[in-house]
Amino acid sequence: MTDQKFTGTSTYVATDDLMMAVNAAVTLERPILIKGEPGTGKTQLAIEVANSLGRPLYEWHIKSTTKAQQGLYEYDAVARLRDSQLGDDRVHDIANYIVRGKIWEAFESDTQPVLLIDEVDKADIEFPNDLLRELDRMEFYVYETRQLIKAGHRPIIIITSNNEKDLPDAFLRRCFFHYIKFPDAKTMEQIVDVHYPGLKKALLKEALNAFYRIRDVPGLKKKPSTSELLDWLKLLLAEDIPPEALRSDDSRTAIPPLYGALLKNEQDVHLFEQLVFLNRRSSQQ
Amino acid sequence: MLIPFFFLLRDGGMNTSITELLTLLEAMKRGVAGQSIDDFYFLSRACLVKDESKLDRFDRIFAAYFEGVEDSMADLMQDIPDEWLKRQAELLLSEEERAKIEALGGFEELMKALQERLDEQRERHEGGNKWIGTAGTSPFGAYGFNPEGIRIGQNGSRNRRAVKVWDRREYRNLDDSVELGTRNIKVALRRLRKFAREGAADQLDLDDTIDKTARNAGLLDIRMVPERHNAVKVLLCLDIGGSMDDHVRDCEELFSAARSEFKHLEYFYFHNFIYESLWKDNRRRHAERVPTLDITHKYGADYKLIFVGDATMSPYEIVYAGGSVEHWNEEPGAVWIKRLLNAYPKAIWLNPEPKKRWAYTPSVKITQELMDDRMYPLTIAGLDDGIKALH
Repeated sequence: MTDQKFTGTSTYVATDDLMMAVNAAVTLERPILIKGEPGTGKTQLAIEVANSLGRPLYEWHIKSTTKAQQGLYEYDAVARLRDSQLGDDRVHDIANYIVRGKIWEAFESDTQPVLLIDEVDKADIEFPNDLLRELDRMEFYVYETRQLIKAGHRPIIIITSNNEKDLPDAFLRRCFFHYIKFPDAKTMEQIVDVHYPGLKKALLKEALNAFYRIRDVPGLKKKPSTSELLDWLKLLLAEDIPPEALRSDDSRTAIPPLYGALLKNEQDVHLFEQLVFLNRRSSQQ
Repeated sequence: MLIPFFFLLRDGGMNTSITELLTLLEAMKRGVAGQSIDDFYFLSRACLVKDESKLDRFDRIFAAYFEGVEDSMADLMQDIPDEWLKRQAELLLSEEERAKIEALGGFEELMKALQERLDEQRERHEGGNKWIGTAGTSPFGAYGFNPEGIRIGQNGSRNRRAVKVWDRREYRNLDDSVELGTRNIKVALRRLRKFAREGAADQLDLDDTIDKTARNAGLLDIRMVPERHNAVKVLLCLDIGGSMDDHVRDCEELFSAARSEFKHLEYFYFHNFIYESLWKDNRRRHAERVPTLDITHKYGADYKLIFVGDATMSPYEIVYAGGSVEHWNEEPGAVWIKRLLNAYPKAIWLNPEPKKRWAYTPSVKITQELMDDRMYPLTIAGLDDGIKALH
C-alpha cells in the first residue's frame, strides 16, 4: 500500500488519464496493460514510474520464443549433469541449479518494485494465460524444491503490448488498461519542451507543423511517432537548420530536411517523395 | 452502486465483467479518483474497457448515463444493433421480462397491437414513436429503444413482410458463428500444426543423452536435436474483388492469423474462380501473374491447399471456356481446379457466405461438387471442420 502518486517526471509528460490509470494500478496493486502506437513511450513509462516513485525496476523483455516459465525460474539440468560428472559437491542440492527469472526477482525485492513485462504480444498466444495465477495471487510454486514463492510486496506490474496478437479475456480482466493516444499538438509541445528545453520557439513551431503534415499523408505504412519526432529535432538542432527551411511557401510542396528520421519505411519514403513531386507539378501548372 | 451503469454497458455491447466492476468499486473506495467526474471517467475507463476499439462506445454510454441524455440511447443502439438485439432477444426469454411486457397490457395485447399496426403500415419507416420501423422509440421494431419493446427480426425485414419473427431461435446459436477475431482463428488454425525437427541442433535430447552416456560407461555424451517447428505447409488462394468486397474483413483476419501461425505459407489471389494464372500483388494483378501450372510444379503435394472465396458467380465462369469475366480463358475453371486438386489432395474451400444461402446459388453448388463437398463456412465452427478435413 502506498500513498505516493505518479504525476509524470521532468523527462516524461503524462496526461491526466494516464496518471489516473497508473495510480489506480499502484493503489490496488494490480497489473496495468499499456497499449498504443509504437514510439509513444510505453516502455519509457515503466522506467519513469520506477524513477518517480523511487522503486527498483525489473525489466522482462518478451521475445517470440519466451515461455512464461522463464519469468519464474529455470532448472539448469545440463549444468547439474556436468557437475555430477565432475564430482562437484553442489550437485546434491537441486536448489543450486534453479535459475531465478525476473518475476521471482521482483517478488523477492525488499521494497515494492516495478516490474515491466515488455511487448507481451510478441510471445506465443498462450503466454498470457500461463501467467494468470502469478499476476493475480502474486505467487507460484517451484516444483523441483517444493517451495512456494510469494511476493513480499506486490510489485507494480506494467505490461506493454503492440497489438500484434489479441490478448485473452481472462488476462485482460485482471489488468487495468490504458491506451496511449497519439498526443495532440499541445501535449506534443510539452513533450518536446521536456526533452529540449532550450529549443527555439520558431523552430519548434515549424517542426511540429511539418511533423503533423507528414502524419496526415494518407497511406503511410508507419506514421512517425513521438520518438521519431524527438530524434528528428535532435538532428535539426545538430545540423542547425533555420526555422525558415522548414516552412514551405505553398504548404505541401517542400520536402522537410532530414526526413529520413521521420519515415522509416522505404515504401513510405517513396510514397512521400511521389506525393511531393505530384504536388509540386500541380502547383506549377 | 453503479449497477445500472454496469448493465447499460453490457446492454450496449461491452462485455464488462463483474470482476472489473468490483475493481472499479474497490478503487473508488480506496480514493483513487477524487471528487471530480473527470477523474471518475478516467478511472472507470481504465477499469472497464480493455480494448481501444471499444473506447468510443464506452464514451457514448458514459455520456448517456451520466448526463441523463436518455434520447441519445436510441442513437447509440443504431450503431450496435447486433449485440443489443441479441440481448433484447434474450430478455424476451426470461419470466421477469414477460412481467415487464405486462406493463403494456400483457403479451397477447402487445401482439394484437402489433398486428394492428402492421396492417395499418405498409411502408418502410424510420424514427418516430408509433410506427414500426427502425431507430424509433415505439415498442415495436428493430434498432429502437423502448424497455418494453419487441424486436422484429432484422433478417426478416429484408422482404418487409411482417411475419412474427422472434429471432430468438437464431440468436441462440450465434456463439458458434460469431465474427472471427484473429485470436479465435489462430486457435482454430493451431489444430493444423504438425511438428517436425528441422534446422540446427540446439536442444538437449535428454533420452538420447542418457542412453548414450550409459553406453559410454557413464562418461557424459551430450546429444542435441533441432528444435521442433511447425512444419505444416499451406497454400492459400484468396478470391478478391467483386462480390468478395463484403467479406474483406473476415478474409483479412484469416490471412493475418494464418501468416503468423504458419512458417510455410504461400498465398495467391484469384478473381471469382481459378484459371491458368494467379497473382501475388493485387495492385499489379495484370502485370505480374504466376501460371497455375508453375505453382503446382513449385510447391510439393505436401502443401495443404485452402481456397477462400464466396464462389458466387455465373455458372458459365466455372464450366465453360471463355467464361471468365476478366479475360478469355482457353480452358474452363472446372478443369483448372481439378488440376489443382489432383496436385494437392488435401484441400478445402472456405466460404464467407452464410451456409444457408449456398443452396440458392448454382455456382456454389457446382464448386461444392468439384471440391467433393469439402466446402466450409468461414466461421470458427466451419474452420474447425475444415481443418479436420485437411488432416
